[in-house]
Amino acid sequence: MSGTALDPRTAPTFPMAAHKLMGDTQLRKNVRHATDVIQNKRAKVVGEMPDWQGLREAGKSLREHTMKHLDVYLEQFERNCTAAGGVVHWARNGEEAKRIVIDLVKASGSNEVIKIKSMTTEEIQLNTALEAAGIRPYETDLAELIIQLGKDQPSHIVVPALHKNRQQIREIFQREMNLPDLGNTPQDLADAARLFLREKFLKVKTGVSGANFLIAETGGVCVVESEGNGRMCLTLPETLITIAGIDKVVPRFQDLEVLLQLLPRSATGERMNPYNSVWTGVHPGDGPKAFHVILMDNARTEILADEEGRQTLNCIRCGACQNACPVYRQTGGHAYGSVYAGPIGAILTPQLQEMHHAQTLPYASSLCGACYEVCPVKINIPEVLIHLRNKVVKQNGPFGPEALAMRGMAMIFRSEARFRAAQRFGRMAETPLVRKDGNGEGWIGWLPGLLGGWTQVRDLQEMPKETFRDWWEKRADAKGGKHGN
Amino acid sequence: MVRVLERLGHTVEFPAGQTCCGQMHYNTGYQAEAMPLLERFVAQFKGAEAVVVPSSSCVAMMRDHYPIMAEHIGKPELTAELNKLLPNVYEFSEFLTKRLGLTDVGAYYPHKVTYHASCHGLRNLGLGDGPQQLLRAVKGIDLVEIAGLEQCCGFGGTFAVKNAEVSSAMLAEKTNAILNTKAEACTACDNSCLMHIQGALHRQRTPVRTIHLAEILASEDGAVIA
Repeated sequence: MSGTALDPRTAPTFPMAAHKLMGDTQLRKNVRHATDVIQNKRAKVVGEMPDWQGLREAGKSLREHTMKHLDVYLEQFERNCTAAGGVVHWARNGEEAKRIVIDLVKASGSNEVIKIKSMTTEEIQLNTALEAAGIRPYETDLAELIIQLGKDQPSHIVVPALHKNRQQIREIFQREMNLPDLGNTPQDLADAARLFLREKFLKVKTGVSGANFLIAETGGVCVVESEGNGRMCLTLPETLITIAGIDKVVPRFQDLEVLLQLLPRSATGERMNPYNSVWTGVHPGDGPKAFHVILMDNARTEILADEEGRQTLNCIRCGACQNACPVYRQTGGHAYGSVYAGPIGAILTPQLQEMHHAQTLPYASSLCGACYEVCPVKINIPEVLIHLRNKVVKQNGPFGPEALAMRGMAMIFRSEARFRAAQRFGRMAETPLVRKDGNGEGWIGWLPGLLGGWTQVRDLQEMPKETFRDWWEKRADAKGGKHGN
Repeated sequence: MVRVLERLGHTVEFPAGQTCCGQMHYNTGYQAEAMPLLERFVAQFKGAEAVVVPSSSCVAMMRDHYPIMAEHIGKPELTAELNKLLPNVYEFSEFLTKRLGLTDVGAYYPHKVTYHASCHGLRNLGLGDGPQQLLRAVKGIDLVEIAGLEQCCGFGGTFAVKNAEVSSAMLAEKTNAILNTKAEACTACDNSCLMHIQGALHRQRTPVRTIHLAEILASEDGAVIA
């Protein structure tokens, strides 16, 4: 049912994937429009908060504190969830998590599941594994439904079908729901989805969800959403299975006060999510009879062990960094070769993969800092990107052309004499490439090798005949003074 | 920059041994190569009353990364010198507006100009509208605002080469915004953005020039552009 999954292990490099996507003008228009709309909404509801910066600081402290004592809070969650009638499972990685889900679904006697939008299940490609085990997953979030029916992949962590416009969605529904006469107003499309999904809600006995937060103090699980499909999945099935990364825990119920202000305003530009569900264990005659939580590590412990990378785990998956990122806005999410796209993906994916398969992602940023500026828990994404770049450099060893060039330049910068010589040499070496323009100025329109990317759309002015140093020293000579100090 | 500072009555010195702050190395992942450049910076500039830098991204490099780098190097005397030096390191416009409290530096520049807010100046240094205040005080200038002032021009150091295509698309948006202002020149506090923007404006055969803020503030006769 699902298309070729976004998998960092097989994905092309970022520049290659970006090249392909940037030829899709419709996709770029859709991404631009959608991110503009969300950014404007966010700016409005953030602007009305007098204490926004204080809230961000509180969110950051809260997440830092939790990560510092993650073991304590996870065990506390396990105890309280179990006491409330839930069953807690621990999964070291995606494979273990998938096996647990499949076993639980089979034990529930069902061969179908209804799903709430969950990036964690996307991360481990749960749907593919369920299908392989003969279990049919139905996505119930509208955007995830569009992705699933269109055999597509999510391109945004909050708005996964943001790269599609209404006409494209209508075509998918017409084809996949067998509705040739479907209209194209938002109402038509929502009605079609509602009819299609209502039947699944009433029929399917097992639900699978992710979690926005796990509350250690109560053993409760919190999911926020906009469509009410989540509420259906959490209340109608007999068995409910929740998969959550171990980073999703918060210490106290009261901590939601901070996080549920930061998250909706940052994610969808809403003051509050339309549906906020918190459920704790099982209750006779009310909701699912069996409730399971799978706490999944999947490399999060390794990230936690890395002093400089660990702030990545503070992420609450609002997607504000994606909307703000000028790189994401040009390419859309699929260029990142992972379900986690944009700035957060550029730092999270390489760490989930121990870097081997995602070496170009930390470089998919101009380090402009727009992501850091909007992050509700103040993750310094540029700082983590630089840290990961350093890891890439170390992984690639000292003998590549870039490493050699960088070491050469560093050697030049370590000596005044070499610096002066390099300036002279540069002027000489560039001479064959310099052409005079109509104003008699020298410009370079073509550069070789690694530097060729520059001259695709840019010229480079020749080095000045007189450097600042030359001017400074000539002036000092004229004054009869000394050169430096 | 020298002309402006001297016109304001300051003595300017230029330590001849200075080279590069190491930003390109550090930001590309070559932290080890950047470390000696921090030591060099401290050796060259220690004791200065103020270090004035005509590039916001270099100042951001020093302010944001030098303290962490010094910690890694682990020489107490280096850290001590750096801690003394850093509070006195200023980006040029910042030195004028924040340290000297000036906006009018006696410049005359009768041209239509738009200002590009470099990301590091805007976000890392928090320059705010300091540079625009300086520009507004220039006699004869027609300062026009650019659409998408806070958008990156797409330079990002080695990003422009490693992700040339994405960088180019970002740059095209920036040059379109500049051309839409009908300005004769685009100015900024960072030569790297200006080199990037100028490269595209020249390739597109437009007459629009880039000019560093210091060059505008240094102009007294307004006779030449750039």
